[in-house]
Amino acid sequence: MLAKRIIPCLDVKDGMTVKGVNFLNLRSAGDPVELGRRYSEEGADELVYLDITASYEGRKTFVDIVRRVAQAINIPFTVGGGIGSVYDVDTLLGNGADKVSVNSAALKRPGLIDEIARHFGNQVCVVAIDARFTDGKWVCYLKGGRERTDRTLQEWAHEAQERGAGEILFTSMDHDGTRNGYACDALADLHDRLQIPVIASGGCGCAAHIADAFKLGKADAALAAGIFHFGDTDIPSLKQYLRTQGLPVRL
Amino acid sequence: MDAAIIKYNAGNVFSVECALRRIGAEAIVTDDPEVITRAPRVIFPGVGEASSAMAHLREHHLDSVIKSLQCPVLGICIGMQLLCKHSQEGDTDCIGIFDLPVLRFDNSDTPELKIPQMGWNTISVTPGSFVPAECDKRFAYFVHSYYVPLNMHTSAVTDYIIPYSAALQKDNFYATQFHPEKSGDTGETILKKFMEL
Repeated sequence: MLAKRIIPCLDVKDGMTVKGVNFLNLRSAGDPVELGRRYSEEGADELVYLDITASYEGRKTFVDIVRRVAQAINIPFTVGGGIGSVYDVDTLLGNGADKVSVNSAALKRPGLIDEIARHFGNQVCVVAIDARFTDGKWVCYLKGGRERTDRTLQEWAHEAQERGAGEILFTSMDHDGTRNGYACDALADLHDRLQIPVIASGGCGCAAHIADAFKLGKADAALAAGIFHFGDTDIPSLKQYLRTQGLPVRL
Repeated sequence: MDAAIIKYNAGNVFSVECALRRIGAEAIVTDDPEVITRAPRVIFPGVGEASSAMAHLREHHLDSVIKSLQCPVLGICIGMQLLCKHSQEGDTDCIGIFDLPVLRFDNSDTPELKIPQMGWNTISVTPGSFVPAECDKRFAYFVHSYYVPLNMHTSAVTDYIIPYSAALQKDNFYATQFHPEKSGDTGETILKKFMEL
């Protein structure tokens, strides 16, 4: 049976993971490669690395990190942050990434999704959507939530699928950082509308939230950062818990 | 050099190269027919679309090179599908080592099972398989929309929508629908076994 996926997310800035990392046994907690290796060995099903660097120099550092991650870990990983062209995608895949996540650039120029799918296949293209419940509907935002658009989550996710997205990574900005749980109603609605997998993101504070994302939100995968980085839970105990909840997980 | 990895327009050969290095094997990535023919083992990886991959292989005469190989050959994902006779993807005639069809998943009765299958699924290892028995009931990483039905060459089975071939073997040709290079410790066990064949 296909397992529900657990995906730790690592934000990388100037070559280091950000968001205070609190692993006692990790020699270099800030090293994204070491942290990825640790999660992989603990039983993460995939990893996501997001480049939140703005500078050109930082970008080159990120490509180097992608290459080192590919050498170090034996599970799939997705990279994202600032991807705007097929050339960017080619560089990242060529250095060992399995998938890329596109966000703002695709909202501004949706044809980017078609181009990525045509060149590299649908399975490579994860479309990340940041949305907030505004005026009675889920509205998509650009640039990490700083700029509102006139697109709704449901409409844009469907268009992304039709253009060739392989998965949708939906982050609820209302839930992100609250640690109060995922946006399960919106997730379940997306699941029912789409033929491609949906990754839940934003709001995870404990293992029960992940179980809810799968059961109530019908998500195919759950992404989280803080609960792993801060050591609130580790992946083996999380997966044991999910199994007691009757959810299929890889143990 | 322990193995040649065939370089073509379908996918990420770097991941396979890294996986082999992690298990202590030296691989060379090449599209040179002479190097491929002389290699002690050949890996035929792939992520991509069948018809464009086949067109590229034909253009570079790699289809006939692969067909003539005598050493152990491992096809991965689209590499496995291209070793079959015909794929519904792009209505493509393939290399034909395995006289088998490659069919598209039909989820019309189970729309909640999405296509492509993306993620970790368990495999059941058949007796006599090159996939080590210790991998039975363990998880492997799959990403695909097309599948090879169960048949006499099936050497591991998985189930998504229907039971189908997770691995194939015939003479010196071996193949996995999943990605051993991305399947954690289970994948490394399988790659190590292939490198000892």
